[in-house]
Amino acid sequence: MFHSIRAVAERPLARRWLAATAGLALSVAAVFPAKAQDTIKVGILHSLSGTMAISETTLKDVMLMLIEEQNKKGGLLGKKLEAVVVDPASNWPLFAEKARELITKEKVSAVFGCWTSVSRKSVLPVFKELNSILFYPVQYEGEESERNVFYTGAAPNQQAIPAVDYLAKEEKVQRWVLAGTDYVYPRTTNKILEAYLKSKGVKPEDIMINYTPFGHSDWQTIVADIKKFGSAGKKTAVVSTINGDANVPFYKELGNQGVKAKDIPVVAFSVGEEELAGIDTKPLLGHLAAWNYFESIKTPANDEFTKKWKAFTKNPKRVSNDPMEAHVIGFAMWVKAVEKAGTIDPDKVIDALPGTEAPNLTGGISKMLPNHHITKPVFIGEVRGDGQFDVVWKTEGLVPGDAWSKELDGSKDLIADWVTLKCGNYNTVTKKCGGQGS
Amino acid sequence: MVRDRLVAWVLAAVLLVVAAPGYAQTYDDALTKFAADSFNETEAGIAGVAASGNARAIDVIEALSDQRLLFDPATKKIYIREKSGRVLDASTGTEASAPADVKTVRLNNRMRRAVEAALGGLTLLSADSGKRYEAAQAVFKSRDAAALPALDAAIAKETSASLKRALIEARAAVVLYKSDAREADRIDAVAIIKARGDQDALALLAGLPADAPPAVKRAASDGVAAIQSQLAMWAGVQNAWYGVSLGSVLLLAAIGLAITFGVMGVINMAHGEMVMIGAYVTFVVQETIRAYNPGLFDYSLLFAVPLAFMVSGAIGILIERGIIRFLYGRPLETLLATWGLSLILQQAVRTMFGPTNREVGNPSWMSGAFEIGQITITYNRLWIVVFCLSVFAGLLALLRFTRIGLEMRAVTQNRPMAAAMGIRTSRVDALTFGLGSGIAGIAGVALSQIDNVSPNLGQSYIIDSFLVVVFGGVGNLWGTLVGAFTLGIANKFLEPFAGAVLGKIAILVLIILFIQKRPRGLFALKGRAVEA
Repeated sequence: MFHSIRAVAERPLARRWLAATAGLALSVAAVFPAKAQDTIKVGILHSLSGTMAISETTLKDVMLMLIEEQNKKGGLLGKKLEAVVVDPASNWPLFAEKARELITKEKVSAVFGCWTSVSRKSVLPVFKELNSILFYPVQYEGEESERNVFYTGAAPNQQAIPAVDYLAKEEKVQRWVLAGTDYVYPRTTNKILEAYLKSKGVKPEDIMINYTPFGHSDWQTIVADIKKFGSAGKKTAVVSTINGDANVPFYKELGNQGVKAKDIPVVAFSVGEEELAGIDTKPLLGHLAAWNYFESIKTPANDEFTKKWKAFTKNPKRVSNDPMEAHVIGFAMWVKAVEKAGTIDPDKVIDALPGTEAPNLTGGISKMLPNHHITKPVFIGEVRGDGQFDVVWKTEGLVPGDAWSKELDGSKDLIADWVTLKCGNYNTVTKKCGGQGS
Repeated sequence: MVRDRLVAWVLAAVLLVVAAPGYAQTYDDALTKFAADSFNETEAGIAGVAASGNARAIDVIEALSDQRLLFDPATKKIYIREKSGRVLDASTGTEASAPADVKTVRLNNRMRRAVEAALGGLTLLSADSGKRYEAAQAVFKSRDAAALPALDAAIAKETSASLKRALIEARAAVVLYKSDAREADRIDAVAIIKARGDQDALALLAGLPADAPPAVKRAASDGVAAIQSQLAMWAGVQNAWYGVSLGSVLLLAAIGLAITFGVMGVINMAHGEMVMIGAYVTFVVQETIRAYNPGLFDYSLLFAVPLAFMVSGAIGILIERGIIRFLYGRPLETLLATWGLSLILQQAVRTMFGPTNREVGNPSWMSGAFEIGQITITYNRLWIVVFCLSVFAGLLALLRFTRIGLEMRAVTQNRPMAAAMGIRTSRVDALTFGLGSGIAGIAGVALSQIDNVSPNLGQSYIIDSFLVVVFGGVGNLWGTLVGAFTLGIANKFLEPFAGAVLGKIAILVLIILFIQKRPRGLFALKGRAVEA
């Protein structure tokens, strides 16, 4: 081994390549040069390269747009906002490193970032240790509430459970396929859904659970299994927590094998406008997605937002999606809380955030709750021929996000309250802070 | 058109006789329900229009199913936009000019099922045999008792044997679920459905309502058991086909690597990116065709294959001349350099085309599926198997029968001797690497049909490609072929029992064990070639 390392060092060309590739692999951090001292810095922690770049690049762009807009309105507390963009390159440990860099070196006042749950878990200790603020914009599995994190995406009770209710009521579904990618979000969500369905009287033999690896591309067997499962004489639906890239071949296989939405509908929690942009959606007509926002929703706020977004990206075909709206809401709440606190001191802003209200893009007013989750409307959309969604159902009013699921034994007694109880996992039975076992 | 109308009138007459007077709604009453913009009202509208017996009912429901049915929220009038763009007043059938703010009547899955059922009942007597078949299938699923008289009429009239069987099966489905049908008829119906033997039949028999007479239930559960045992047999055939199909994808991804790694011995981590570049070439070709000549879309892949070969091949030659030729005989450095190169290529594509997936369409001859017995074979997978085998055969022929093939084999077996015989070995190296890369590009064209076209496309195939080449035996094309199909079929037979995740792990463990036993793979090269 020693020999080979020396061999590399002895070859100038190889060394140059090594340096070049290592530099590229680590990150092409587009750090904006620090200008003056009288700016308020906002950290943006989204992968711009690697597997998650497909989803996260858009969120970086939307943050840049929001900050530019706020500066046009005169900035915040009389100062200009300055975006600090780093690239954690879809590499989970690098997320923690980059978060530390943002907080200690750049001294940002808040960070907007992360997509996957594992990246969030990786930065959590950093935000706790250095006492900073993270806004997390993606729907996730719940079972968490941290003082330093504000969850602007949906908790399971704001996406998964309403979607299942819709299928059971409107489509009269009695048999369920829970299909997901093999990692923490689908596994926890499916556990919650399984417990929920069983509590509604669904028999265990009417639930089929299936996991596939990341980036799975050969769906022939699974689609055939779903068809088989669906031929037991009861109306069947697929609840899909399949993530990212694996969706395109999955839907292609469904279309090719002739699984029509009117026979076996698929409701997805990770498929939005952005993901559909890569496929011909005509065979998918009628398949469903559950989100808190759809681009096709007609409200003045949404029209204005999509217009601005298309102008900002200089791309008239650029679509908008749910996590983008979460950042819009989260950023507006942060601005309001900083104005209310009159300072960017993290403790004061964290205390000011619960109770802050901000309009969402679908016509309602979302509110930050004491458990650091927000209230959101839930929409069920059907895929249209043009890659957009038609809203076929929505909740009446806004649904408050639950940090801890009521369906799971491990969390049914827990609540999070950072205003009065100052605790993220308060046990209502034992009246103690510290989780189910305490 | 005239014939369609005539048929519609006949059908209308049939339906009018059937429909009880109280049930009959006037056509115009039913039409106004579409203007309510509520799914419940729309459903009532579909039923009402279908039962009205009006000659325009088929047009209205077809327009609804194609999202061509419009309503004016102010006047509650309904319009049909014909495929030609002409707008008709749905109530009178005359040409009309729709106001500017008309909206499309919305559909959801429940509406689509209602539309399908209604159309099934209405088009059973259509002059078009394809439509009659679809109608029979729709009635088979909807089991709408109101369609029974039309079914009887259609069965009596039908001349084609296969269509007649479809109609009889549809009739059996209706009778089986009709609670006031005679028990003997229902048992006969079970027998007819059992003979159909597919998953739809299974669903029908398994879902029999609880209030059916015991004899019918018994017959149905016997039928379910019979169909299930038959389907289990087909499942084996199905797994084998899926295995062949997965194997062909693995082979396509690995075949270029079999040249660059297997024949030349270069550990080429950028191989996956050559595949990705081929897929992006397909995207660019399709975009160009869409922009300039949409009629040629079905032939887009024919243009993409040679172009992808040339683009990826040229990039391969550049890489060989620019980087790899300095690194021959130093596998560790080659590995690092090509891995770095793969990151550069990924990021370059991400900058040029954006990080999101690009849409590559399937030509019409690669969409859909057909059935053999009880298994479904999708056209895109079938074509990929055919394509992959022909690429393999072409490559073998090239190495075996052409001068450049001979030179390639000579150089890889004994470089100094080949050079002494007057072969320009460095040129052969470049061309061999270019050939391997070009073939990876062709693989990208095929993979773009079943996978995402994104900058990460190559990454997901690189590990599998190395597995196939190492498992099959480095330096042996036949080994790659056998290796790919063995892995594909083994994977697909494991997947139903172990699940996709465990199945993949099991395959990896098996390969590790196998390599322990036979380090040189399935087909080890013997003799002097091994040392080269």
